[in-house]
Amino acid sequence: MNAANVNARAIEEDGVPRAAPAGRLERALRLALDEDALERCMRCGFCQSACPTFRVTGLEAASPRGRIALMKAAYDGFMPADSAFVGQMELCLGCRACEPACPAGVPYGRLIEQAREAIAEGRKQPLRARLMGKVLMEGVIARHCVLLGLGRALRLYQRSGLRAAARRLGFLRMLPPHVREMEASLPEASGTGVIREWLRRGLPARWETDAQGRRLLVVPAEGERVARVGMFRGCVMDVLFLSTNVNTIRLLRAAGFEVVIPEGQKCCGALHAHAGRTAFARGLAADNAAVFRAAGVDWVVSNAGGCGAYLKEYDHALHGTPSADDGAWLASRAKDVSELLAEPGRPLRLADGVPLVATYQDSCHLRNVMRVQRQPRELLKSIPGLTLREMREADLCCGSAGIYNVLQPEMSTALLDRKMAHVKETGADIVVTANPGCLLQMRWGIRRAGLEARVKAVHLVDLLAERLE
Amino acid sequence: MLEEPVRRRFIDILGPQGFRDDEQTRVSYSYDATPAYRSKPAGVVFPEATWQVSEILKVCSEYRIPVVTRGAGSNLCAGTVPGEGELVMAMTRMNRLLEIDRENLTATVQPGLNTKTFHEEVEKHGLFYPPDPSSMVICTLGGNIALGSGGLRGLKYGTTKDYVLGLEAVLPNGDVIRTGGKLVKDVAGYDLTRLLVGSGGTLAIITEATLKLVPKPPFRLAMIAVYGDLYGAARSVSSIIAARIIPCTLEFMDQATIRVVEDFARIGLPADAEAILAIEQDGEEEQVRRDLNLISYICRNEGALEVRVAERPEEGEKIMAARRSALAALSRLRPTTILEDATVPRSKIADMVLAIQRIARKHGVQICTFGHAGDGNLHPTALTDARDAEEMARVERAFEEIFEEAIRLGGTITGEHGVGVVKAPYLEWKAGAAGVELMKRIKQAFDPHNLLNPGKMFAETRKRVVVQR
Repeated sequence: MNAANVNARAIEEDGVPRAAPAGRLERALRLALDEDALERCMRCGFCQSACPTFRVTGLEAASPRGRIALMKAAYDGFMPADSAFVGQMELCLGCRACEPACPAGVPYGRLIEQAREAIAEGRKQPLRARLMGKVLMEGVIARHCVLLGLGRALRLYQRSGLRAAARRLGFLRMLPPHVREMEASLPEASGTGVIREWLRRGLPARWETDAQGRRLLVVPAEGERVARVGMFRGCVMDVLFLSTNVNTIRLLRAAGFEVVIPEGQKCCGALHAHAGRTAFARGLAADNAAVFRAAGVDWVVSNAGGCGAYLKEYDHALHGTPSADDGAWLASRAKDVSELLAEPGRPLRLADGVPLVATYQDSCHLRNVMRVQRQPRELLKSIPGLTLREMREADLCCGSAGIYNVLQPEMSTALLDRKMAHVKETGADIVVTANPGCLLQMRWGIRRAGLEARVKAVHLVDLLAERLE
Repeated sequence: MLEEPVRRRFIDILGPQGFRDDEQTRVSYSYDATPAYRSKPAGVVFPEATWQVSEILKVCSEYRIPVVTRGAGSNLCAGTVPGEGELVMAMTRMNRLLEIDRENLTATVQPGLNTKTFHEEVEKHGLFYPPDPSSMVICTLGGNIALGSGGLRGLKYGTTKDYVLGLEAVLPNGDVIRTGGKLVKDVAGYDLTRLLVGSGGTLAIITEATLKLVPKPPFRLAMIAVYGDLYGAARSVSSIIAARIIPCTLEFMDQATIRVVEDFARIGLPADAEAILAIEQDGEEEQVRRDLNLISYICRNEGALEVRVAERPEEGEKIMAARRSALAALSRLRPTTILEDATVPRSKIADMVLAIQRIARKHGVQICTFGHAGDGNLHPTALTDARDAEEMARVERAFEEIFEEAIRLGGTITGEHGVGVVKAPYLEWKAGAAGVELMKRIKQAFDPHNLLNPGKMFAETRKRVVVQR
């Protein structure tokens, strides 16, 4: 034997793209993916310990480095973009924990969105499924009035005894078990919306109109005004967590903010962008950016990490469009409610309460995209009688991830059960979150873990508002 | 693809979860952290026990299937890039910490255990495992042993080779050997432990290791010294050692590196400095503070423009964490980052850094240099674009000259990354023809059919460049 010369299986160098890929999806990928961003990944692997799906599976392909390698391989013809490729792109939660961990600054979130855009375009889907997706995404979620109507219907279902009847008659058994479990932990819906609810309660407010004649509800600050902020009400928030929206305004007022709620605002577009409906998301972003800019606000505040993060990336979403300027403006003004309350808001005066042990679950997009992790914790610590006990892996995704928990129940429940084990270890009475998706997931998790009697899940805003003097 | 009987036998040995050869898996195990290398293996096996490793190797011997063993795939010498059609053995599921022996100060581990996790575990017991490669958030102890990894603390504590007391390893024919043990003294025969450390998976597959631990130093603190010229930094290194102080880390960064590291980590490094030394000492607090005072004095004496001692240990940890990210942060500048680890005697650091700068200019390539100044291990890092063949050729010529220069100064072609594919053509420059011939005979004694990681370590020797000055 001569080891020096036995090297027949030469290792190829991969710098040069091979023959142009053939399939429909491959072509879509070639158009959608940003080659420079792909090249930027130097495969150091630092992202892996931050990645939930890698932590659960231990498989290279289920890591950010692996997924980027797959994208690159499909891009340059090293592998076909087959159904396993699509499956792997769908298995990503999009939590983006890999981004703060990446020293090379690879824009992973952008890459996975581009891959999904290509998948949405390049995949031959049955007409029915395509229509369903379009109706749900563009006809329902993106339309506030339709969503509120749906909220009213859901409320009727929950209150009228229909839900009880449906349970009794076993209708719900037609649903897959994970959806059934989730249905049980849904909060009571509402079809009112934050603007009407605020007025209904007879709380102080006045109407203004912007230069285009669009109406803005303006809620005055308590005491001296610190700043004028635009409230982004969200879609899910306004239907399932109406009281959180109301509480957000109460807290902001108390901290010295004048709160403006433009009537013409829309869904942020995050769900659409994550699902590869980029063009539609861009339309929503352009509308929102224009509406908030015309409202003359200093900041645009969100109480949902998922929405806030997307607002923060409007500069990218609207890059190269006629609304680029508005997009950049909004991106620079987007803040999470906890950021504003911590600073420049005046410290909240909070009443004493029973001693409580709380643990905080980071919202992935709040932490990884908005890079907010300190302020919610500081606000929690400012509550008299409350002890904050950190759980292990508070920075790891809970498996909610938009509608991921519905689409990928296996991975989602694996992450959720792991999360609940960590929650249990802390002995906390409450799990605090800062995003509606996480909150619903926590409730579902508490139910799954049989902890309903001992542990409650609550939005940071509601917890603070409860103690507001 | 592997023949059906082979696949069946792998599945028999490992279960259906332990063997994969789908396209996605093959692509995602086609690379490691070395830029521009990629080729698909025939399949990947994930053993969970030594007996499985042994049984797999028996099958591989029978069918003459080459095997590439892999940990986290974070190495930089293409040492774990498979050749086309080879089998990858991923050790990541053998990741248990088997024992911490507080009486003998040893730990026994499986090879897939993550290095940082291991650090955290032993430090809980007041013990310390010094080797700390920059990739420690993801790399595995097995990989560290196979490539003889170094790290930032090499100067004071040595490298991986100094901490391996005993090994269990499987030979290509399936035989299991045990070397060394929980022994400080052991001269029974050839030192096979040391032989396997750094053998790059070419001699045997490591399945268990007994590692030496030391008491954890109670205190550590870091400082930085900023220089307007390289020689000041280099002289400081020599003077510190001459004053009989051995810091636990003594790191060097040149200007280009400082800029990108600051950009990533935002710890207030001065962007206009020519060079920075980041120095850390550990031990009793009083001693540490005394040492750092003296080092500060020496640095100023040698012309440091600014010396800053961290006030608290956490501040120091930030400095070191930022330094660890240097390589990946550099990759922000250009699409491809090629990092080498030419090493010289400590006293030649300044000569080597200047030679690197001269060679980079000569070939018109951008090379940033950082590294472990205290032990002479430098990381000249070329920023380039793998898609540009002409530039890549210049980079290669520059590195050849850098290796040549390192050897001329009494150094080596690789201090801590290993030979793998990348350095194989230069091995003879360092080891000599007779040395390489002996290594080949050792390889043959272990692995007569050349099945373990073929194509690594030995290659056609590159003709030495004639350096003109």
